[in-house]
Amino acid sequence: MEKEKMTELARALMELDEKRVYQLVDEKIKNGISPLDIIAECNEGMAGVGDLFSAGQYFLSQMLFAAEIFKNIMKQLEPIMPKAEASTSRDKVVIGTVKGDIHDIGKNIVVNLLRGSGFEVIDLGVDVPAEKFVEALRETGARVLGLSALLNFTYPEMKTVVEAVTEAGLRDKVTIIIGGAPCNEQVRQFTGADYYAEDAVAGVNICKKVYS
Amino acid sequence: MTREEKQEQMFELWLSGNGIEFVNQEAERSYRERVTRIKDAIQLKKVPDRVPVCPFTGLFPAYYAGITVQDLMYDYDKAAAAWKKYVFDLEPDAYMGMFLAPPGRFFEILDYKLYQWPGHGVQPDRSYQCLEAEYMKADEYDALIQDPSDFWVRVYFPRVFGALKPFEKLAPLTDVMEMPLTCGSFIPFGFPEVQAAFKAVLEAGNEAVRWAGVVRAVDQALQGQGFPAFVGGASKAPFDILGDTLRGTHGIMLDMYRQPEKLLRALEVLTPLAIRMGVSSAKAAGNPLVFMPLHKGADGFLSDQQFRTFYWATLRKVIMGLIEEGLVPFLFAEGGYNTRLEVICDLPKGKTVWLFDNTDMAKAKEILGDTACIAGNVPISLLTLGTAQEVKDYCKQLIKTAGKGGGFILCNGAVIDDVPPENLRALIESAKEYGIYS
Repeated sequence: MEKEKMTELARALMELDEKRVYQLVDEKIKNGISPLDIIAECNEGMAGVGDLFSAGQYFLSQMLFAAEIFKNIMKQLEPIMPKAEASTSRDKVVIGTVKGDIHDIGKNIVVNLLRGSGFEVIDLGVDVPAEKFVEALRETGARVLGLSALLNFTYPEMKTVVEAVTEAGLRDKVTIIIGGAPCNEQVRQFTGADYYAEDAVAGVNICKKVYS
Repeated sequence: MTREEKQEQMFELWLSGNGIEFVNQEAERSYRERVTRIKDAIQLKKVPDRVPVCPFTGLFPAYYAGITVQDLMYDYDKAAAAWKKYVFDLEPDAYMGMFLAPPGRFFEILDYKLYQWPGHGVQPDRSYQCLEAEYMKADEYDALIQDPSDFWVRVYFPRVFGALKPFEKLAPLTDVMEMPLTCGSFIPFGFPEVQAAFKAVLEAGNEAVRWAGVVRAVDQALQGQGFPAFVGGASKAPFDILGDTLRGTHGIMLDMYRQPEKLLRALEVLTPLAIRMGVSSAKAAGNPLVFMPLHKGADGFLSDQQFRTFYWATLRKVIMGLIEEGLVPFLFAEGGYNTRLEVICDLPKGKTVWLFDNTDMAKAKEILGDTACIAGNVPISLLTLGTAQEVKDYCKQLIKTAGKGGGFILCNGAVIDDVPPENLRALIESAKEYGIYS
């Protein structure tokens, strides 16, 4: 979206003007604007952050800061959110760091960015065994599975998860994305995943494509 | 002495093999050949006889020897045997030391929180892994800046070592002055819980000495057979010191926006400490190379402006501080460094080694080649999943581009743990097959 067409809140978030963002959110709450409308504006701002990242103008530091601001807004809005909205059937993504690896910075960025883009994210945390991924996919009906890793130990483990999804009969219903420092196209082929995401925004874009 | 003379002296010391008991003359000759090869690649004055090959192995020796990482960290004799087996079998030009197999028992005694390791949150056959958190809070910059050592002992230690939690109760040691102004500071040493913490310190010290004895014996055995250690000392970029272990990635990134002045001040305060660490460790080892793993300055982490301001400014000071002492900073730039090449080439010639991971090596050679020795780049994915022939093909091409005219060390891009041995063998053989300068 063009910067000029963005709302003031969306733009302030995109430009990481933290104080201004909080000020605008406070004003909106005071003026009785619905939390969902506020979130919609923030989603727009987060999308702007993602676009800037894709354009090579924003980096991890800006992503983390934007996610932090967004998280604080969500925390503030949570108590005044209409209860029913919490369980609407949004587009779902199951994600986790595979077994044997306890790193989560990269995964958390993706999670925050997905939430900022309006996805419902089932974050299974770190050191997640294959059966837990399968269980979560079954329970939620999510059509995207994201596997995160930092260590190259995890190549066989990512493959194990893909195989477990196949054995569970879910493979044709679920798009599997791998991401993290040691991943590339060669690793994707080895694991049998559908995509390898070069960075967080690329991962989010694949999720959007699946649900479009 | 100029820094050139100091560097020459450090290389001479390393080359002399002072204190090494060589098993025979051939071992001694091989040792000198290997060190000379590395020295020539680093100094950029002379083309070496061939491309040196110094793989950056981490836990590979364990997998190669068929023992678990847990064995490696707890059974020092097994670890020693594994290290020797790897080096004697595969014959690299230099080896990464056993400091990469830290002693599990030592960390158990101290109830270490910063890492998980086999038996403590990690499976027996997996690597130890860092558990990032805010071990320093956002509002503690003033305390760190005012007195870093005090902060380490009374704030950081209690948080990363469960057994040293009582150190919170210690008084600042700088309060000790003059007879009437001394005793009070010692009162905490009389507390039972503080004394228990000191008992843990003593026990950990004993364990560290036991482990260091084994490490020294391994170094002696390997060097005695003609294999030099790749690195002498270690240090870090101030931004990583703060970001990796004190504030965490998340914390330090937010600090750049919310309290940039304090962050910059803290980075300045840590700079001389990082220099001191590198100088003392490398000089004790008699090896000029100071290993510096770089983390948060890689492509994609920071904007160019942030990199220059927060990361490079103080890292460069550390590098220059080490160079002034005749040392050779060995910078391990994990991830990509493509967007940083123009910035980092602002260094004196022949004084550093840059080990790259995903960086475009043709570009690195072009931009940095006249300034520094470059190394690395054989992808860990290829070493893990590819065939030996594919590894050789890759190395051959790499030597052609990055090895042209010297100034290059053949090495992997990310640390080698569990890869097929034939692939590492292929990497090492490649230097000998394709890397001879005529």
